[in-house]
Amino acid sequence: MNLFDIIGPVMVGPSSSHTAGAVKIGYVARKLLAQPVKKAEILLYGSFLATGKGHGTQLAIVAGLLGMKTDDSRIPDSFQLAKEAGMEITFGEAKLKDAHPNSVQLLLMGEDGRTLDVVGESIGGSRINIASINGSMANFSGEYPTLIVYHTDQPGHVAEVTSMLSHKSVNIATMHLYRAGRGGRAVMVMECDHEVPAESVRWLTRLEGIDKVIYYSLEER
Amino acid sequence: MGFSYLTEIEDIAKQQGVPFWRVIIEDDMKERNVSFEESFETMRGMYRAMREADASYDGTLRSVSGLAGGDGAKLEEFKKKKNRLIGDFLTEVMEKAVKMSESNACMRRIVAAPTAGSCGVIPAVLLTYESQREVSEDRLIEALFVAAGIGEVIAESASISGAEGGCQAEIGSASAMAAGAVVYLEGGSDEEIMHAAALALKNMLGLTCDPVAGLVEVPCIKRNVSGAVNAIVSSQMAMAGIRSAILPDEVIDSMRRIGKLLPACLCETGQEGLAITPTALEVVRKLREEA
Repeated sequence: MNLFDIIGPVMVGPSSSHTAGAVKIGYVARKLLAQPVKKAEILLYGSFLATGKGHGTQLAIVAGLLGMKTDDSRIPDSFQLAKEAGMEITFGEAKLKDAHPNSVQLLLMGEDGRTLDVVGESIGGSRINIASINGSMANFSGEYPTLIVYHTDQPGHVAEVTSMLSHKSVNIATMHLYRAGRGGRAVMVMECDHEVPAESVRWLTRLEGIDKVIYYSLEER
Repeated sequence: MGFSYLTEIEDIAKQQGVPFWRVIIEDDMKERNVSFEESFETMRGMYRAMREADASYDGTLRSVSGLAGGDGAKLEEFKKKKNRLIGDFLTEVMEKAVKMSESNACMRRIVAAPTAGSCGVIPAVLLTYESQREVSEDRLIEALFVAAGIGEVIAESASISGAEGGCQAEIGSASAMAAGAVVYLEGGSDEEIMHAAALALKNMLGLTCDPVAGLVEVPCIKRNVSGAVNAIVSSQMAMAGIRSAILPDEVIDSMRRIGKLLPACLCETGQEGLAITPTALEVVRKLREEA
């Protein structure tokens, strides 16, 4: 924990987990979609569902989906701002199994029709965990540039990705690898200390055995 | 990475012949790889955000539940009365503590210090000091580093989360941090800083986290007031030469052990205490209906 987690962050209240964390989940999801959100189905779970209203959790998630950060004083007006931006929002209850008590599932559709299914958890303070993307495990914090590579479970793909990162002098902070089954679909999730160049992300998508690459950047793009 | 004991900070300060706050800022510089100016200016940003939040208080706002709002304005009026029992300093501390906590409940911008639920304590004390005494902004920021150092030790060795350690971990920690900051501003020694923090924390040991409807409103807002007043009182005891009979780091460790022993029903789960009173359950019922 750094000193400015003790004095700080500057945030819109009332709750670091139910408000600030909720904004962050929306914000990260919006970035993962990589374009303005046209439609959002917001499915709340656990304590988010039970006490979210009084904490402004719903307003907070929508604010995040609009690209606001946790200290944005427009958070309480997010429903109105979403309406003006033409974002269609519905709320419901998430059917998740053994999820963290502060969870939300976001079913998003972007302006060009692309869709994204993100499950985010608010895990204490204003820290979050993106638990899954499109049904496959993810588990990253949104605090680091994050590279998510979907690939076939076969030898060499981790080496391809990590040697590219090494070549670009990008240090890996954390790394996870998951697979559905031997030889099946797999995903690696890497939180990095530096941004990964856009052309390197594109280069990865052209490799054989790599199905898809999602990159979460901390930069405003 | 950070400090686990207040005596670690004290020892380094003594060895290097530097003030308490200087040890804390230098640790931050090393930890985050930033310059002195960068760290100091970040803290200045926090202080200014507190000041802005206080200045932009709106007494007409109400929280979503309708339970919170308007009490800061009442204290502002009360401050004008001549027949008050308590003096201007404490009255203003109370007023500012309520205002900040109400602003938090009403979705205004605040500074978590150390948490959103306890955001009223430290600014109430420091902003009142600024308004009632001659003090430079830099010195107030140094005092914030003192507070942050104490908070860091508590976070490292015990907890600053109500869900983990009850309210003693939130308001108790904030109060200990604020008490140390006031002693620094008043020119107290490092030993006095640590003992003020210990005295403040001791007064808050065992406090549960049982908020109505799980919201950061009841009893949190008014408890920010008692945490802020307790900080002032504890700082004055320390300045009078009173010492905590239990060593400061031992008090923090006691808070950790007490927190572990607190049952889950009293740690931000809304299952006991104030949260299950008939009045509280009626609030919960109304919120459900509206949802």
